[in-house]
Formats: sequence, C-alpha cells, structure tokens
Amino acid sequence: MIKIISTLISPTAGTVLIEGHDVKESPLEVRQLIGIISHETYLYQDLTARENLKFFGKMYGMPKDKLESRIHELTDQVGLKYRLDDRVGTFSRGMKQRLSIARAILHDPKILFLDEPYTGLDQHAAATFDRILSELDVSDKTQVMVSHDIERGLNLADRIIILYEGKIVYQAARSEIKDIEQFRETYEYYVHEV
Amino acid sequence: MKAFLYVAWKDLLMEFRTKQMLNSMVIFSLLVIVIFNYSFSNILFNIEMSDIAPGILWISFTFAGMLGLSRSFASEKEDGCLDALRLCPIDPSSIYLGKVISNLVIMFIIELIIVPLFIVLFNFTDIQGLLGLSVIILLGTIGFILVGTLFSALTVSMRTREILLPVILFPIIIPLIMSAVMATQNVLSTGELSAASAEVRMLIVYDVVFFIASQLVFEYVIED
Repeated sequence: MIKIISTLISPTAGTVLIEGHDVKESPLEVRQLIGIISHETYLYQDLTARENLKFFGKMYGMPKDKLESRIHELTDQVGLKYRLDDRVGTFSRGMKQRLSIARAILHDPKILFLDEPYTGLDQHAAATFDRILSELDVSDKTQVMVSHDIERGLNLADRIIILYEGKIVYQAARSEIKDIEQFRETYEYYVHEV
Repeated sequence: MKAFLYVAWKDLLMEFRTKQMLNSMVIFSLLVIVIFNYSFSNILFNIEMSDIAPGILWISFTFAGMLGLSRSFASEKEDGCLDALRLCPIDPSSIYLGKVISNLVIMFIIELIIVPLFIVLFNFTDIQGLLGLSVIILLGTIGFILVGTLFSALTVSMRTREILLPVILFPIIIPLIMSAVMATQNVLSTGELSAASAEVRMLIVYDVVFFIASQLVFEYVIED
C-alpha cells in the first residue's frame, strides 16, 4: 500500500489523491509532499551522516543555507550531532534508524509514511524510535503507519485500518476501540474469516 | 546544480572513498592486456600484433567496464537506496544521467591507465594517431556506458544479475565494439582519424540513438 501511495508503484486500478495531486498523474508534486521511514534505512553506508543528509536535501531542492541549519537542527534532535562526520556504515541499527527519521523529515514533508519501522529493532531501539518520533515536531504532519505490531499500532493511532488481500476490510477511529483485546479479536475475525 | 550532477557527485564520492570498483577494474584490465600480449606473441608468431591489438584493447575496456556496471545499480539496492532515489521529486532520467556520468568518469580513469601500457606493450612507436585514438575511445566508451548503465538498471532486481548483465549486454554492443575496433585499427595504422570516418559516424549514431532511447525507457526500467 505504501509503495502505491508513495508513487513507487503505479496503481492498476483506482485513484490515490494526496493534497489534490493524483499519484499517477503528478508523482513529482506528491513526492515533494511526503517523507518515508521504512525498515530499510534509505541511507548510503559509505557516506557520512552529513553527506547523506546533504545529498537528499539537494535532491529535494532545498536551498544551501536552509539545508545546513536543518541538518544541524535535526541531528541535534535525534542525538547524532556528534557523529555527523562519521560514515553511516559505522553506526548501530538504532542510530541508522534515528538518522533515517532525520532524512525522512529533512524537507519538511506534510505527510509522513512509516513502513514497518520497527522491523529489525530490538525493544530498546524501538522505544528510542518512539521517543524520538514523539519528541520531534511532527504533530503538524499526517502520519500513516503500516505495522504488524498490533499493540504499538493501536497506541500510536488516531484511526485504524485493517488491510487484507489488498482491500480495506475494517476501519474505525481509535476512540471506537475499547482495548487491545477487542481490537485483536476484530483483527483475527477480519484477517482469518473474510 | 541539476539533480543528475548530485547523483554523479554522490557516486564518485563513494567510489573514490572505497575504490571498490576502481581497484578491481584497473587490475582486471591490466591483466587482460598483459595476458593477451604474452599469449599471442608466444603462440601466434605469424600474426602481426598490430592487427589484433585493437581488439585486445577493447576487450580489456569492455570486460573491466562490465565489473563496474554490475555494481553501478547493485550498490543502490542496499538499504533501499534505489527506492529513496526514486522517491525524490526529480525526473527519473536524472538518476540515469547521473549514473552515466559517474560510470564514464570511472571508465575514463581506467582507460587513462590502460592506454599508455597498451602502447608500450604492443610497441606502437608512432603516436601521431593518439588524438584520433582518443576520439574513438571517447565515442566508444560513451556508447558502451549508455547501454551498459541502462542494462545494469534492468538487471538490478534479478538474483543472477552478475551473470545476466554480460549475457544481454554483449549482443547489443556488438555493432559498437566492431566499429570501435575497426576505427582503432585504421587510426593506429594510418595515424589519421579521417581513415576511420565511416566507423566514427557509426559510433556517433549509436551514441545518439541509445542516449535518446535510454532516456525514454529508463523510468519503466526501474519500476518495481
């Protein structure tokens, strides 16, 4: 799903509109509006943290002076300012994930996609990831997360959607769901009995 | 600065830092030149070395180039970097153009090392044709990299990409290599670029056709 709404795959049927832009007709406009955090880091191992952020900032057309200040601001927030000039290949998994958050919101996207961001993270790294995401000023961004971690998904969401075989089989506001047990039952019902 | 220059800058920065491709390409092409030189000079006594030297030169270029091309897009698959590039708000052809430029720079560096050794080993004392040779190498390399970069992108998602790339690339570059070899032969034997005008025209047409075609199809080639 994330691949289609982020323009990586063209939809074979239906329409996806982001801020009025069709992902099929205006992919460049859509890409400017979105940022993605995935279980893959989207970072070059042989470049330093600064070079990675500089490269992607330039690719998003950010002006040089704004880019420099944004790099300092974000690496400070994710706690990597002291490792700015170290190669990403020398970072731990958790550090790479933190840098990938900075990379995803570097160009200040309006919508943030989180595609299985906890895959490969241990408990501590996942908690750090949650903490950084909550500390960062991303409250003005629409966030869409795809996850198999039901409990974590429920805790973070305002609205829940269950996808099964490429179709939305259930959706509800978080306030409509009583607790994790109720949601787990709903999930089991739709995913296994549809 | 255009997006394709950022892609080329990023690739070259990574390559000059790690020298992964450069080292193996230089060593491999040197070995090809030296082994062919000694093999033919010992066994085929009655063959003029100047007749087979252009072929050997282009074999060393294409074989070494293949090593670099197979890594060109494969390195982007690590950590989802190709998806990250595709998510940037740029024309997909900028990715292709950036890769072409970085691959060309690496190939030219290899050729700058190989050509002097080739001249010494094959005893080319007349250096009048050096300018003409440079033009042919330039045109031949551009054509090889234009097609090679496209096919490198095409095979990047396949499990057997290292095997598949030469298998599908070599048939496509046969006209290019044949023209380049014949042009090199004519220039080295006469010292005049005009002696290879037909082959040079062929190289130019090949480069232009594949440059345009690659730009048009690249977006579909890197689609999931």
